[in-house]
Amino acid sequence: MNKDTLLNHHLVPKHEILSKKEGEKILEKYGVTPEKLPAIKENDPVAKAIEAKEGQILKITRESPTAGKTHYYRLVSK
Amino acid sequence: MRTEKKIGKIRFRLLQPDTIRRMSVLRVVVPDIYDDEGYPIEGGLVDLKMGVVNPGMRCKTCGGTKDTCPGHFGHIELVRPVIHVGYAKDIYDILRSTCGECGRITLKEDKIEKIEDSPTEGIYQFREIRDKAKKKDECPYCGAEQKKITLTKPTSYFEGEGSAKQRLRPSEVRERLERIPREHLEALNIDPDLNRPEWFVLTVLPVPPVTTRPSITLESGNRSEDDLTHKLTDLLRINQRLADNISAGAPQPIIEDLWDLLQYHITTYFNNKVSGIPPAKQRSGRALNTLFQRIKGKHGRIKGNLISKRVNFSARGVISPDTALSIGEVGVPQEIAKELTLPIKVTEKNITEMINYIRSEEYPMALYVKTPDGKKKKITDMNRETLAEEIQPGYTVRRQLITGDITLFNRQPSLHRLSMQAHRARVMHGKTLRINDGIAKPYNADFDGDAMNLHVPQTVEAQVEARELLAVKENIISPRHGQVLAGGHDHVSGLALMTQENATFTKEETLKLLKSVNINRLPNGKDKKEYHGREIISEIIPDTITLEIPSQLSEKPVKIEKGQVKEGIMDEKCFGGEGILTREIWDKEGSDRAEKFINDITRLTLESITMKGYTISLEEYSLTEKGEKKRQETVDKGIGTAKEFIKKYEEGKLEALPGKTERETLEAMIMDQMEKINKKTWEIALKDLGMDNYGVVMAKSGARGSWRNVTQMTCVVGQMGIRGERLERGYQGRVLPHFKKGDLSPRVKGFIPSSFSKGLRPEEAYQQSMSGRDSLIDKGINPAESGYLYKKIANALLDINVKEDLTVTDAAGKIIQFKYGEDGLNPMKARD
Repeated sequence: MNKDTLLNHHLVPKHEILSKKEGEKILEKYGVTPEKLPAIKENDPVAKAIEAKEGQILKITRESPTAGKTHYYRLVSK
Repeated sequence: MRTEKKIGKIRFRLLQPDTIRRMSVLRVVVPDIYDDEGYPIEGGLVDLKMGVVNPGMRCKTCGGTKDTCPGHFGHIELVRPVIHVGYAKDIYDILRSTCGECGRITLKEDKIEKIEDSPTEGIYQFREIRDKAKKKDECPYCGAEQKKITLTKPTSYFEGEGSAKQRLRPSEVRERLERIPREHLEALNIDPDLNRPEWFVLTVLPVPPVTTRPSITLESGNRSEDDLTHKLTDLLRINQRLADNISAGAPQPIIEDLWDLLQYHITTYFNNKVSGIPPAKQRSGRALNTLFQRIKGKHGRIKGNLISKRVNFSARGVISPDTALSIGEVGVPQEIAKELTLPIKVTEKNITEMINYIRSEEYPMALYVKTPDGKKKKITDMNRETLAEEIQPGYTVRRQLITGDITLFNRQPSLHRLSMQAHRARVMHGKTLRINDGIAKPYNADFDGDAMNLHVPQTVEAQVEARELLAVKENIISPRHGQVLAGGHDHVSGLALMTQENATFTKEETLKLLKSVNINRLPNGKDKKEYHGREIISEIIPDTITLEIPSQLSEKPVKIEKGQVKEGIMDEKCFGGEGILTREIWDKEGSDRAEKFINDITRLTLESITMKGYTISLEEYSLTEKGEKKRQETVDKGIGTAKEFIKKYEEGKLEALPGKTERETLEAMIMDQMEKINKKTWEIALKDLGMDNYGVVMAKSGARGSWRNVTQMTCVVGQMGIRGERLERGYQGRVLPHFKKGDLSPRVKGFIPSSFSKGLRPEEAYQQSMSGRDSLIDKGINPAESGYLYKKIANALLDINVKEDLTVTDAAGKIIQFKYGEDGLNPMKARD
């Protein structure tokens, strides 16, 4: 699928790659090691589209009817 | 220092003969158990080397006593090899895949794919190899002819076909398995480093320690041995006889018969429920419980002993309703209270009370005293006085359950957390456990013989937790949807009755009603001749409540101003059902006030409904002449329209709906039309019966029943169906022989224009019973199936929990949600 159509699809929430520093901040905030985060496959269409690599943390911004915007974090894994 | 280690993987392997002999402390040879003096025979099945179960004896292997000796394995040397039932299928697969002569897989090397070391994939790859190999007639290595091998369940193998069919004895099977070269094992899904296929055939049998099969001493003083011991005795006896016959040079058929008998005993020793062979019985005729049966099923080791356990300090009894109790209480019969006990720590403040319990010789009494250094003393008539004088702060006294103690009350199936709530005990007369019927709903209990369980938390921590978190008043609002779960059917009827426009009560009646909720004055202190029901109800609503609640019974919503009900007829939206009023009180005034409100309203409404009477009579469900005429018109018109559809269809003029054939369209249109008849007649019935009709009030207020129940009794029963379709089955092209073949008109296909009050025609009764049977079967299957599905999901999600920072994690600490439900809202506290 085309990269742009995929990322702009209304059912695909915004995915961002976090920098190392930002990632560590998140881990510290939730007091966890990286493997405790929910995983996303490296060959997941979205991960491929934004060229995420194993070990990076993705920040997903979702719309929610009750909470407005919410953030979700996933660890890219093989 | 404590270190954490993770288990990487667990590997199971076959128990090999050498291992069995090495772990054995004794070769068992003697089939008898005790000698004439009742002492265990050496080399017998309860030899003291295999552990002790009787007090006072010592194990000959480890020197331990009954409590310290873990038990030790023995073994039996089998005279002839025997197939292990559990592996019969695996042996069969291997025999079919390999050459009978040289033992190699009957496929060329390059066709044998190496199997991945994966627990899930390995078996499938092996099956592919097996399916290819078993078709070969000739071994590609040694050229030997491959005969067809069959397995006759459970444990007999044959080679060849027709008259050339020959039995493969376990010894031959074992020899063949021995011949399989190590290099070919991997392709058979066997790890060559761990296992050899010939270990599937037993040559030596482990004898479990006596601790696994303890003998019981009966009241009569006779010893009774465990089923396994019995089985092992039989086994030993046959083994011995086989050995004797072989050494005596008995003819082959006799030896083979004994060999088969040995096979039978070993098969049933493992599993006494193998299909194809009769289960081994005890002398009484009861089938023996052998190894497999011990583990498997509901009462097996896993489901019966590991997942579920029996508890102390609990009671079970039939429940019955009692409005005099608060919803936060449970009535406990004194007989039960006498058996349930709880420990109380003696302090300076309660020491006199505790001394009284110790001195008491009847019901609220203490049973045990525990000294600060942990010594437990039973209170008897002899030491009662001394103990009463001995105790001081630091002691613990175990006393019987008394009114006010906190208990947990539960009804199975425990489908949600409200199936177990904390109730304050109220010790009372009678023999049943009692609850206020307003709290029956979360338990899904009724009083037609339901039984419930009661538990007494033993530690102070548990008691506080129960009081603060599990108490009924804290769980009035459901955590699932934020609605009130307390309240019952009759209470809604009573509420509707009391808030109707013409609901007036005399002064005497008003006083009597208010007396039931401990109010000993007239509403608002005003002396009047008559009072409206709303004024009476207002007395139990807190003054802080101002609220408007929509009503299904009146045009105007229920209006409450500063605790005074001004107008509107109250229904399930106020109390029971959604319970908006109760929820408002819970929010504004707290859980204690909400509990009191529910108690008051149950008593008040029940009192009023009893006073005024609430009944249903047959007459009420007949229409007036005018109504009857209207009903007939509606039905005729409805059927007429349906017939027009059919005519259109038959002429081929019916336009099909998208995704449907013309016939399907017709069915959908007719079903729709029939439903319209029912709905229209409900309007007729409503006008004809009026709002005073008790059935109408129940249906409208949501107390019990629905509009459909009323119309079916008064106007039309309506369309019958099987699986949502009009009736189809029966005779060729019709349901009954009374109809024309292929007739599609409503009455033929199960539309019943009669009403229940007037009665059904014979063919209508038949049609109705078709539909009735269908829904009965549905009721049986659906709840059972979805209940099981629910249980599976619930068990899978069991250890997911919300942490303090609102992250949701599983048992391993893996994050599932970063904030509970994305918004972190507690549904119990959330309001829209």
